[in-house]
Amino acid sequence: MADAAPDAGTSTQAPFIVDADGGSLILRLAGRWMLDTVVRLDRDLRDVAERPCDRVVIDAAGLSGLDSAGAWAIRRTLERVEARGIVTELRALPEAYRPILEKAVVPDPSVPVAPPAGNVVTTLLERAGRAVLHAGQVARNLSGFFGFTLVSLGGVIARPWRLRLTATVAQMEATGLNALPIVGLLCFLVGIVLAYMGALQLQQFGADILTVNLVGVAVLREIGILLAAIIVAGRSGSAFAAQIGTMKVNQEVDALETMGLSAVEVLVLPRVIALMIVMPLLTVWADAAGLLGGSVVALFLLDLSFAQFLAQLKGAVQFWDFGTGLLKAPVFALVIALVGCYDGLRVSGSAESVGQYTTRAVVESIFLVIVLDAAFAVAFAELGI
Amino acid sequence: MTIQGSGGAGPAIEVQGVVTRFGTTAIHDGLDLTVERGEIIGVVGGSGTGKTVLLRTIIGLQRPAQGTVSLLGETVSWDGSSTEALAGRFGMLFQDGALFSALTVGQNIQVPMRERGGIPGMLMDELSRLKVSLVGLPPDACGKFPSELSGGMKKRAGLARALALDPEVVFLDEPTAGLDPIGASDFDELILDLRRALGLTVVMVTHDLDSLARICDRIAVLIDKKIVVGTMEELTRSEHPWIQSYFHGPRARAAFDRPATAGEGG
Repeated sequence: MADAAPDAGTSTQAPFIVDADGGSLILRLAGRWMLDTVVRLDRDLRDVAERPCDRVVIDAAGLSGLDSAGAWAIRRTLERVEARGIVTELRALPEAYRPILEKAVVPDPSVPVAPPAGNVVTTLLERAGRAVLHAGQVARNLSGFFGFTLVSLGGVIARPWRLRLTATVAQMEATGLNALPIVGLLCFLVGIVLAYMGALQLQQFGADILTVNLVGVAVLREIGILLAAIIVAGRSGSAFAAQIGTMKVNQEVDALETMGLSAVEVLVLPRVIALMIVMPLLTVWADAAGLLGGSVVALFLLDLSFAQFLAQLKGAVQFWDFGTGLLKAPVFALVIALVGCYDGLRVSGSAESVGQYTTRAVVESIFLVIVLDAAFAVAFAELGI
Repeated sequence: MTIQGSGGAGPAIEVQGVVTRFGTTAIHDGLDLTVERGEIIGVVGGSGTGKTVLLRTIIGLQRPAQGTVSLLGETVSWDGSSTEALAGRFGMLFQDGALFSALTVGQNIQVPMRERGGIPGMLMDELSRLKVSLVGLPPDACGKFPSELSGGMKKRAGLARALALDPEVVFLDEPTAGLDPIGASDFDELILDLRRALGLTVVMVTHDLDSLARICDRIAVLIDKKIVVGTMEELTRSEHPWIQSYFHGPRARAAFDRPATAGEGG
């Protein structure tokens, strides 16, 4: 016709040419209709589908290649035109392309691809609410788990031969012996920092000798045990959750149960007992390392010899400064081991949830350790020790 | 039947003299394999004969000690330099789907599309819905996360992602393992449908004798660190003891003695 309107260029490779023939629109397809072509022509095709006319004919005689994206583009154009109540016709489609065109359907074009985003405010509120509920649930379940572990512990105390001795000793090595270097080094360094800061401040009052008191009380009462507990939570609490969680994913825990073994007795108790034994030992080690760090600073900054440092320390601290740290150790150990094992046993399904619960175990156990530490501080102050 | 007619002549895959060693153990020793375009080829072999390793070698994930691989006319280089030329031209379905768990199925399908670039968002959404329907998933699967899908649906979703850019070749690693017989035979039909519709070349590792009998044009048997290729009839006549016991065992007879309804020529 006279008013032939080439849409996508006039060259012979043009993927489609639009002819307006009276009231009917003729789309002559040519060449290969693959993803690249569709990407290039997407907008033009959408425009063509909206053009006013009485009839739309798609002439596919010139088609020399078609993939599912191309088939979808043809199909979509036809469907859109039909949706406007206009008659369509697909003409001269090479037989080889019929199967793909028949398969290229989208049954429900309104289905969302991305998860719904939701309103920021309501999402925040919802998350806060969920977090509170979740915290309550964790507290309840954790105390239930604590009770259950105590019952199992009682069972093992009554029948000591049921304790997995090898596993317990192996856990003591992994959580205690192997943690010595890192705990020692960190406490040593913190001892140095503490003594340094203290010395610089106290020198202004000519009270630099009190640096020893500061380091002694701080390390023995708080720093040693707290640092040891946090390192153990990061090292061993996470390891407990990951080990038990992996066993859960591999259905090893289920296998244990079907053999009539209790997962708590086999997996949890050795870890809890091992950690409760090594934690006080690690605390003593951490205390020693912290004091050593302090004495090094005293030696170089205050010209205080090792013997002088010890003599001053002896006057500065009492037994209970050391004793409080030691009292806290098994409690912290229990909390860390319980939380680690509890989160490990909560793992379900995928490897992804192992990571999730491991992270959760570390965060929860460090949180609980610090909360308990605060409670201990208040309690000891009231008791006057 | 070459609907796509892309890339012209020449075999889809050519593996020549590949030697793969793990430590001192050779898995493949001078392995050759040619796969024609539009063919469905099944790879079988005992445990530890390197079926998956062979797939990984072909798609460039595993560098062999010796040998060359050409995929769709491009030489696979194993150092990343052939990745670009081959991007989007082949798809791989991993054993458990290997879907990205943080993304919905639709978003998973869009990952290769985004990587390609230049596809308008609306078209990407449409195409991902199309692929979901193409692999026979219900439409609402598009917005679901992989953790909400069953094993069979995950495989289909993985296949949808492998088909995202309309590849010329797809590699399937045990596509029917872990599916119930109905799901497995649906999956077989799906592969046949897609080959008919898209002219795909399919390389599938499988232990599923029914699948082999139903959809594979030829079968490649990994044996003695090499490969023996043939049609089902040729292999059943083979003298090799392992092939003998594979194709004449009780399970094999049950699968093959059924009247062959396949008849789907390449």
